[in-house]
Amino acid sequence: LLRGIRRLKNQNRQYHGATVIGSEPNKNDPYYQENKDRMDELVEELRQKTNVAVKGGPDEAIKRHTARGKLLVRDRINRLVDEGSDVLELSTLAADGLYKGQVPSAGIVTAIGKVQGRDCMIVANDATVKAGTYFPITVKKHLRAQAIAQECRLPCIYLVDSGGAHLPDQADVFPDREHFGRIFYNQANMSADGIPQISVVMGSCTAGGAYIPSMSDESIIIKEQGTIFLAGPPLVKAATGETVSSEDLGGADLHCRQSGVTDHFALDDEHSLCLARNVVANLNWNNDQKARIYPTNVDEPIHDIDDLHGIVGANIQRPFDIREVIARVVDGSRFHEFKQLYGETLVCGFASIYGHPVGVIGNNGVLQSEAALKGSHFIQLCAARKIPLLFLQNITGFMVGREAEAGGIAKNGAKMVTAVSCFKGPKITVLVGGSFGAGNYGMCGRAYSPSFLYMWPNARISVMGGPQAATVLSLVSKDKAERSGKVWTEEDDRKVRAPLENQFEMEGKPYFSTARIWDDGILAPRDTRKVIGLSLSAALNAPFKESKFGVFRM
Amino acid sequence: SHVETKADIKRNINKVLIANRGEIACRVMRTAKKLGIQTVAVYSDADKHAMHVEMADEAYHIGPAPTTLSYLNAEKILEVAKRSKSQAIHPGYGFLSENVEFCERCATEGVIFVGPPTSAIRDMGIKSTSKTIMSNAGVPIVKGYHGEGQSYDKLLSEARRIGFPLMIKAVRGGGGKGMRIAMTEAEFKTQLESAKRESQKSFGDDNMLLEQYITDPRHVEVQVFADMHGNAVHLFERDCSVQRRHQKIIEEAPAPGLSEETRRSLGEAAVRAAKAVGYVGAGTVEFILHRQTHEFHFMEMNTRLQVEHPITEMITGTDLVEWQLRIASGEPLPFTQEEILRKGHAVECRIYAEEPRAGFLPRAGTLHRLTQPIAEENVRIETGVRQGQEVSVHYDPMIAKLVVWGQDRNEALAKTRRKLSEYQVAGLETNVNFLLRLSGANAFVSGDVHTAFIPQHEAELFPESDLELSEEKAVQAALGYIIKSQLESSPNDTWKGISVTPTSWRSNYQLQKTINLKFGEKDVRVAVKFEAAPNSYSVSVNGGQWLSAEAFLKSQNGLRLITKVNDRTSNVGFLTFDREIHVYDENGQTVLHLPVPKYESKVGAGDSLSSDNASSPTPGVLEKILVSTGDKVVKGQPLFVVIAMKMEYVVRSPRDGVVSTVAGLKQGDAVGKGAVVVSLQEE
Repeated sequence: LLRGIRRLKNQNRQYHGATVIGSEPNKNDPYYQENKDRMDELVEELRQKTNVAVKGGPDEAIKRHTARGKLLVRDRINRLVDEGSDVLELSTLAADGLYKGQVPSAGIVTAIGKVQGRDCMIVANDATVKAGTYFPITVKKHLRAQAIAQECRLPCIYLVDSGGAHLPDQADVFPDREHFGRIFYNQANMSADGIPQISVVMGSCTAGGAYIPSMSDESIIIKEQGTIFLAGPPLVKAATGETVSSEDLGGADLHCRQSGVTDHFALDDEHSLCLARNVVANLNWNNDQKARIYPTNVDEPIHDIDDLHGIVGANIQRPFDIREVIARVVDGSRFHEFKQLYGETLVCGFASIYGHPVGVIGNNGVLQSEAALKGSHFIQLCAARKIPLLFLQNITGFMVGREAEAGGIAKNGAKMVTAVSCFKGPKITVLVGGSFGAGNYGMCGRAYSPSFLYMWPNARISVMGGPQAATVLSLVSKDKAERSGKVWTEEDDRKVRAPLENQFEMEGKPYFSTARIWDDGILAPRDTRKVIGLSLSAALNAPFKESKFGVFRM
Repeated sequence: SHVETKADIKRNINKVLIANRGEIACRVMRTAKKLGIQTVAVYSDADKHAMHVEMADEAYHIGPAPTTLSYLNAEKILEVAKRSKSQAIHPGYGFLSENVEFCERCATEGVIFVGPPTSAIRDMGIKSTSKTIMSNAGVPIVKGYHGEGQSYDKLLSEARRIGFPLMIKAVRGGGGKGMRIAMTEAEFKTQLESAKRESQKSFGDDNMLLEQYITDPRHVEVQVFADMHGNAVHLFERDCSVQRRHQKIIEEAPAPGLSEETRRSLGEAAVRAAKAVGYVGAGTVEFILHRQTHEFHFMEMNTRLQVEHPITEMITGTDLVEWQLRIASGEPLPFTQEEILRKGHAVECRIYAEEPRAGFLPRAGTLHRLTQPIAEENVRIETGVRQGQEVSVHYDPMIAKLVVWGQDRNEALAKTRRKLSEYQVAGLETNVNFLLRLSGANAFVSGDVHTAFIPQHEAELFPESDLELSEEKAVQAALGYIIKSQLESSPNDTWKGISVTPTSWRSNYQLQKTINLKFGEKDVRVAVKFEAAPNSYSVSVNGGQWLSAEAFLKSQNGLRLITKVNDRTSNVGFLTFDREIHVYDENGQTVLHLPVPKYESKVGAGDSLSSDNASSPTPGVLEKILVSTGDKVVKGQPLFVVIAMKMEYVVRSPRDGVVSTVAGLKQGDAVGKGAVVVSLQEE
């Protein structure tokens, strides 16, 4: 590592006013090769899992769906977005390993794509997955998408094709604040805030679901395919004895000609999506932010992004220089580092991504007081200059020990947590390695409302490392045993440690996290620059908010 | 020395009216401007925005689109000439260029007609007169009999004198009616009787004339020029043998395969012909030339500048319009015969809006897309239209002339093909593909041209392979379409100061799309996977194996699509228009179509917003029911009338169909809003 840093320093060059960072790795190094092999495997696993998830529901359901002339959910999105548009799909592996694996992607696709040249949030039910019904995690994913849309001011397009709440799970879907009802609350408030809400009714919208198009600014319905009603024909029959067909009860004809619940009449999927594009074209949707001139011809990083596999690897215990990651993400690998010689375990500096300035904060080891102070200072600089923040987390935590405590690590760490909490501009967090303890807080973990948070497949997240947790538990147990006069054997120690270590290992994995939507998705390292760019592009739809910082304990 | 200065010309002609349109009007103006002469254009309603109007110093409207009311309206044109104080009128070709009366009117009105004297036009306009004059001047004419004696015996003896094969023609004939060919004497009687019968029926007269028939001859013409001082020269010959619908489409100069001796005697005969009629200005003496013997006969003389004059200019380094203007203003010929030299070879292709596979039927409509090759040294693009303009039914459907010069014939032809392949036209079908085939056909390249060339080489000129689509083309069409749509759908989205180049990227999986196309009636399905590397794709055509491909578009006189499919890189022209996708390569244009989405055809069929029911739009009183059960109705047909608030509402059929039920209502009944009065069903 030292050799690497030395080489790096030798290679420092001045370029466009900023230093070009990063080094060419020695690809024959067995260390590098082992790292690469392991990361390759992890990325391959990610691709395989994703390919299974994007297939959607079971084959019979897919067949039934397409036989009715309906497009599969991702094909719908492909037709809705502009030709060539990148589609930033969020939490594709949500519900991974949950509900016996029967709800791939949580039965809903949420994605940011360009429609008529504008970033839009697309929320689309997958009717091939349990008839598009809402499981608790489905609700969470839907709400997360709306939260992003609200924060970034993205027009929302709902492609509705859902049987409503998954009834066996109603208790975890219906009653609480962050449950189903919140969807409509969000629609109303976004609409009030001038964020367009558009629905395309491509299948059922029953009961609560009926409110999605009804709460929309403009909605489209497909003839003999889309239906909207508070109660379906069986319930109507039960309640009033009236016998009525779905189409007569809530079909396109009824809602476009009589009820006025929908505004546009479509003949099939393709038609409805074309109409949705027309709706977006007529939003008169402009960015409030004053146009600032940034270079439009951006330089790609000069280093190959694929090197990251060999540089980072899969072993969380192996350190790597975060500058090598920064060098492969930012424009031209140019990085204007701030306080390079102070609090060296935190790397802060200015760079640009696709031409837009960003402040980058990355970890090169445990956070000490100086590092925390430097980070707090840097975050305030970015707030003052209206520069979005990029956090690259590889953090075991804040420094512990008597010396550190005496040096005020708690108050200094608190300063950084305050700065991160109160920074209201766009924040993007990528977990490129470990994310443990309060380090996660200081580095803008999920609780600190980053605009977007992603994990690499090698990343780990937990309150502390598994072995550390096991040691703590082992020490506490040993203490307790000895106090009650028992002999603490190695066997006893193993019995206490093993389950906890296993639990931490399992729960710390990115798939465990992403399944529960603790993040917005897992990224392959090579997609990092692209995803940060797209996330930033989405986040910049909203005006850059002023930050007002709380009291910094001095 | 008889060379006068330019100032002297200006004394005579400093403003010229061009009584024509299209490319020739533009071409004449170019030279006029070069000589410092002011230009006046005339135009019809259809040509309001035409190129020749914009190019002229002044322009005057002369009437509606039909030519008889505009470009043939001699009085109106003369009026404009006077109003604009033009000293001369250049008639171009066609329209009034060989009109004796117009030529005379110009003389009376004191306007210089840039062309020959009236007498020459008149004499050369009458076929029998022109032949007599030529024969007397020692110009070889086709052997024939034009006599009064019409008895069978007389005709037979004349036929024997002329020899077989022999053409029997009605004296009053035209358009091929009353015309027969007797290959041998044995056929003579039957063919004569048949011709007489047809002539009697068509023209009420059965007088016949006989002419030597030359099987599949060549059409060779000589450019001549004469001045008012009795001088006449020729500028060598052009070969215009290959024709369709008796019209030229490709011409070249000099005529291939002629001996210098033949060439010289052709030229001399033409000069004799010009002198015999007291010719002045530019003229063309047409001959038919025997394919094998190169024996030639006078056919007719065109007393105007020809469409194909640029090839003569190319091989002689002259500007014939300049000559015309100088001579019209009284100058002598600028060169003597000995000074006129011939260099290299020139080819002209006429780009027409027409459908070669449908018997070269002309086409009219809008040139929605038109990209022409870029003119350069030795390449002239003579055109009078631009993208977005109309090829009108009222005028000749020629879009442009491509004129190419080369050191020799092979070079000229190769360059011609190269330039033809740069044409990109959408909106109208053209003959470019056909010209490419023709100019590359073996027999054409070897110089074996004659008037029956096209029917004789039909198989080669219209190959079956044109109806097949190669895998590479399918890939080019699909990828080009994707990239083009991508460019169109990403307006410069740098408004937030961040521009992430769109690459159809997906998180951790690959986007796969199917582009459904049609090639003629055939379905073409191209599956496309978007690979991580920039501009990289995997493609499969009609379920075939996956091929790796790269593609990008660049703008260069239209769009160029560079594709690499299975290690072959190719650079083709590319264009999309409406639902058409065009790919242009060395064989010309290949057109594919995007199928009309199902919903669009349904909307077209009235399936969208129309209902099965016609209901009252308002509460009111039923005034009238206009249909009864079982009636067939069409969309928009009135069904019933309701009166409300003093207003009369006529309710019309929402679509085509059959009336299935009519509510049991009668006049004066009250109806509520939305009350169904008439129901429809499918036919």
